[in-house]
Amino acid sequence: MSLQFLLDGLISGAMIGLGAIGVTLTYSILRFSNFAHGDLMAWGAYAALVAVGALGAIAGGPMAIGALSFGLPLILSTLFAMVFTAGLALLLDWLLFARLRARGQAIIVVMASFGASMALRNLLEFLFSSSPAYYSRALQVAQPIGSGIRITPDQVALLVMTAALVTGMHLFLTRSQRGREMRAYSQNPALARVTGIDVARVVRATWVIGAALAAAAGVMVGTLVQIRPLMGLDLLLPMFAAAILGGIGSVPGAVLAGLIIGLSEAAAVMFVGAEWRAAVAFVILMSVLLVKPTGLFGVTER
Amino acid sequence: MIDLLGYGAFFLSTALIFAIITLGLNLQWGLTGLFNVGIAGFVAIGAYTSALLTTPDTADRIGGFGWPILAGWLGAMVLTAAAAAFTGFATLRLKSDYLAITTFGVAVLVQLVTLNAIGLTGGPFGVAFIPRPFAGLQGNPVAFNFVNLAIIAAVTLACYLALERLSRSPWGRVLRALREDERAAVSLGKSARSYRIQAFAVGGAVMGLAGAVQAHFIGFIAPDNYLPTLTFQVWAMLMVGGSGSNRGAVMGALVVWAVWIGAGWVTSALIPTGWQARAASLQIVAIGVMLCLILLWRPQGFFGPRNGRGME
Repeated sequence: MSLQFLLDGLISGAMIGLGAIGVTLTYSILRFSNFAHGDLMAWGAYAALVAVGALGAIAGGPMAIGALSFGLPLILSTLFAMVFTAGLALLLDWLLFARLRARGQAIIVVMASFGASMALRNLLEFLFSSSPAYYSRALQVAQPIGSGIRITPDQVALLVMTAALVTGMHLFLTRSQRGREMRAYSQNPALARVTGIDVARVVRATWVIGAALAAAAGVMVGTLVQIRPLMGLDLLLPMFAAAILGGIGSVPGAVLAGLIIGLSEAAAVMFVGAEWRAAVAFVILMSVLLVKPTGLFGVTER
Repeated sequence: MIDLLGYGAFFLSTALIFAIITLGLNLQWGLTGLFNVGIAGFVAIGAYTSALLTTPDTADRIGGFGWPILAGWLGAMVLTAAAAAFTGFATLRLKSDYLAITTFGVAVLVQLVTLNAIGLTGGPFGVAFIPRPFAGLQGNPVAFNFVNLAIIAAVTLACYLALERLSRSPWGRVLRALREDERAAVSLGKSARSYRIQAFAVGGAVMGLAGAVQAHFIGFIAPDNYLPTLTFQVWAMLMVGGSGSNRGAVMGALVVWAVWIGAGWVTSALIPTGWQARAASLQIVAIGVMLCLILLWRPQGFFGPRNGRGME
C-alpha cells in the first residue's frame, strides 16, 4: 500500500481549509451560508488566469523560479486575483446582500447567494467556455521524500503558502484590533455595536478576507489541478462540511476540518473508489449534524 | 397544425410537471419557510424509484419489478418522503441554514449514486423502457400526447386541490403560525420540529411524484436530467409566481417555462452554432439575475393573491 494518498489528502485538504475560512467567517459574522463562495473561488482563479496571460506576454514567458512551474507573473497575478475577488465580493454585497440583510430575513440572503452563484458560474462559462484551462503547461517531476511518497515542487510551495496564509489569518484575528472587532461582532452583534464597533467596517473586512482567501485557494486548485467554471461548485460541499465540522466561526477549526475532509476523501479514493469521493463530505456533514452540530471548536449558538 | 397541437400538448405537459414540483416547494418554502436547495435530488429519487419498480426485469440491473405505474408513483412518493423526512430530522432542530446546506448535499449525493451505482441506476446511460401510460396509443402521436397531457393535468389538479385543502386545514394553520411567530406557536404546545419535518416530507413526496410522472411521460431517465439547473428553475418559478400561493406556483411554472423555451428559440435562431453552448449559459445568468431582482424588488411575486403576504 502506498502512502501517497496521505499527501494527496493533505493538498486537497489545504484547498478546502483555505476556502472554508471564508465560509465560516461569512456564516459567523454576516450570519448566512454563502452558496456563492465557491464561485468567488472560481472567479479568483480565472482573474489570475487573465492576469498571468497579460503579464506573461509582457515578460515573454512564465519566468519559472527554480523547479517550480510558475514564477513572478503568477505570484503577482495571484495578488491581483485576491484584490479583484475582494472587490467582486464587496460589489455583490453592495448590490444585493446588504440590501436583503437590512430586511432581517437571513434565509432570503441565502437564497440570493444561490441565485448569485448560478449567475456567476454561468457567466464564467459564457466568458471562458467550460473546457479546462491551465496557468502553465510545464510538467512537474515528483520527487520521492521517503515512505513511497512523492511530492512536486509546486505542491511544496503551495503548502507553504497555505500555512503562511492560515497563520497570518489566525494572528490577524487574535492580535489585531480589526480582528478582535470581528470576533466580538460574531459573538454578540448587539453588544459589539454598543461598544462603538464600526459594523460596516467589520462587514467589509469579512468580505475582503473571505474573498481573498477564496481567490488564493482558487489559484492553488488551478495550479495543482485545473481551472474550470465548476471548480468552485465542486468544492462547495466540502467547504461547508469543513466549516461545520470545525465549528462555525473557528478559523483553526475550519482549517483542521478541511484537512480531515481532504484526508478522508483521499482515503475513500484509495479504499473505496475515486467515483465516490464527493460523497465523503456529505457523510461527514451528516454525522456532525447528527452527533455534535457545534463541531470540533464551535461555541456559537446553534 | 397537427404538429403545432402536438407540440403545444408536449409543452404544457412539461410545464405542468414543473408546476407539480413548484407546488411541493411552495409547501416547504411558501407555507413553512424551509429552504430546499436539493430539489433536483428529490425529484430524481422519485423518478428512479418509480422507474425501478415498474420497468420489466433487466439482467444487468437490480429492480425491474414490472409493477403497475400507479404503484410505482406511490412508491416514489413514499421513498422521497422518507428521504425528505430524514433530511429534516437531521437538520431541523438547528438553524435554517443547515437544512439548506444538507439539501444541497443530498442533491450531490443523489447525482453521485445515479452516475455510479450502475447496478441500481444504470449509471450515466440511465434507465430506459419505462412504461408509458396508454402506450397502446403511441401509433397516434396527437392522441397519445393529449392523453398524457390529460393525465398530467389531472395529477397537477389533484396536487393543487390537496395542497389547498392542507394549507387551510388545522395542520396548515400550525405551519403558518410557526412561520409567522414560532415562539407563540410553540407556547400553544405545537412541536415546531415535528410539524416542519412533516411539511418537508409531504413537500418531498410531491416532488417525488412529479419526478415519477415525468419519468413515465418521457419513458427514459438519466442523471443529466437532475442537475442543479433544475433546482434553480423551480426556485425561479416559485419566486415569479409568488411564494405562499399555490395558484402562483402553477402560474409561475407556466410563465417561467414559456420564457425559458422562448429564450432557447431566440438564442438558437440568432446565435451561430459554435456559440450556442455559451449562449445557453447566458440564459441561466439571466434567470439568476432575475431571481435576485425579484428578491430585491418584488418578493411577493406576480401571481399570488393581491393582498397575499408572500414571504415578507
